[in-house]
Amino acid sequence: MEILPIEVIDKLVIIVAVFGISLVIAMYSTLAERKVSAFLQDRIGPNRAGIFGIFQPLADGVKFFMKEEIIPATADKGLFILGPSLSMLTACMTSAVIPWGDTLELFGRVIPLQVTDINIAVLYVFAVVSIGVYGIMIGGWASNNKFSLLGALRASSQMISYEIAMGLSIVALIMTTGTMSIGEIVYQQGGELYGIGALDGFAWNVFYQPLGFLIFMICAFAECNRTPFDLPECEAELVGGYHTEYSSMKLGFYLFAEYINMFISSAIMSALYFGGFNFPFIDKLDLSHNWETIIGVGFFFTKIIAFIFFFMWIRWTLPRFRYDQLMRLGWKILIPLSILNIIITGLVLLLTL
Amino acid sequence: MDNILFFILSALAIGGALMVILARNPVYSVLFTILTFFAIGGHFLLLNAQFLFIVNIIVYAGAIMVLFLYVIMMLNLNKQSEPTQPFFIKVIAAISGGLLLITLLGALRGMDSDKVISDIPYSDIGLVKNLGKVLFTEYLIPFEISSVLFLSAMIGAVMLGKKNLKDH
Repeated sequence: MEILPIEVIDKLVIIVAVFGISLVIAMYSTLAERKVSAFLQDRIGPNRAGIFGIFQPLADGVKFFMKEEIIPATADKGLFILGPSLSMLTACMTSAVIPWGDTLELFGRVIPLQVTDINIAVLYVFAVVSIGVYGIMIGGWASNNKFSLLGALRASSQMISYEIAMGLSIVALIMTTGTMSIGEIVYQQGGELYGIGALDGFAWNVFYQPLGFLIFMICAFAECNRTPFDLPECEAELVGGYHTEYSSMKLGFYLFAEYINMFISSAIMSALYFGGFNFPFIDKLDLSHNWETIIGVGFFFTKIIAFIFFFMWIRWTLPRFRYDQLMRLGWKILIPLSILNIIITGLVLLLTL
Repeated sequence: MDNILFFILSALAIGGALMVILARNPVYSVLFTILTFFAIGGHFLLLNAQFLFIVNIIVYAGAIMVLFLYVIMMLNLNKQSEPTQPFFIKVIAAISGGLLLITLLGALRGMDSDKVISDIPYSDIGLVKNLGKVLFTEYLIPFEISSVLFLSAMIGAVMLGKKNLKDH
């Protein structure tokens, strides 16, 4: 398996670009969150740093770096630092398998806009999600604080519970698509919906797997620890949850990882269920391939941003679950529903094939 | 390239496994177990067994070890409260561990290393599609039996949990 150096450079450029874009979008999600919350609560929101508060994330970042870095005397120092690092690492890792766009034809070569198209991509996403628990658990335990530990235990049990329903909802999706490569799944969604010619480019999996999508989305909310599932950092009961003892940029990393997770799960939802970079009537436009790709990337990011807005909308609309309600929803509603979804999918596949 | 990776992964796996038993703090032991699982997963990747790699990470590193960590954190074992084992338990542990080692060595001694390597086809058998096809045709009955075993274990766990609930 000889790798040409030029391809390595391609991949490096794509990796750096994907990394940079994820970080910038996550950075501006923090501003967007405050703006959206202000909008929903009929306020103005941050508007002091630059026009419309455009430099607010930079100001926040500088503030985080300038704060005093405190490691509690009784904390386990190594693990205390490892916690937020692992959180950031696992948050960024998933972006490797997401197809950000179709291929670009540059300098006589075809460049896929994806870091790697492995044929176990769906399972890879799932593996990274299941590793993501450790950042929170280690951080919570290393703080040597009862509230942190309780927050970490809540977070881990919540994430394990919702991983199961998430995996089962993906099983039904894999049954219909017949592949585990996300690139392949996105390409399949470029066809005609239910075979109707007028709906070309609309063969999105959400129309074939509506229940699966709903379960996946609820689980994605729970995996990101977003409201209404933000029990790990429930201030009313747990002070600050698993990051009670954290300060300065280590706290910043925990908070920032949440926004990266939100961006990545929005990207996965739009790639798996909402057609990824496909947009309707792509063939009717009669554009060159490169332009189609660029417009496709634009559509993909529009979908992602719509999902991020949806995340925020939910956060500032719904109250938090109680802990037993959260567990009941996960184990007694979502898991049976996703098994039912698998059975229905199997029956439909058997009857139509 | 493969050789270098093999040696790095082997060093990681053995070092991690040693640290599991040498670490004083049980939480560190669990974390080193996870490191060992990752190193073993890397070996699976070198053998082109992608499915085994990813399932190893999801099931062992991602699920089972989280539960281990969970339990250890709840017990809050630390240096002060770590129970010191009686001497004869240490002797028994050493003897049984040594017996296992002898058995393993005896099994490996008769092996022809060239033959073993050529027996593993450097092929696509570890890919999800091929593995699934083999599992659901050739090995269907063992697969189903093991899934029934898992199901009974699951029901058993639920029953145990229910019983505790009634007592309180």
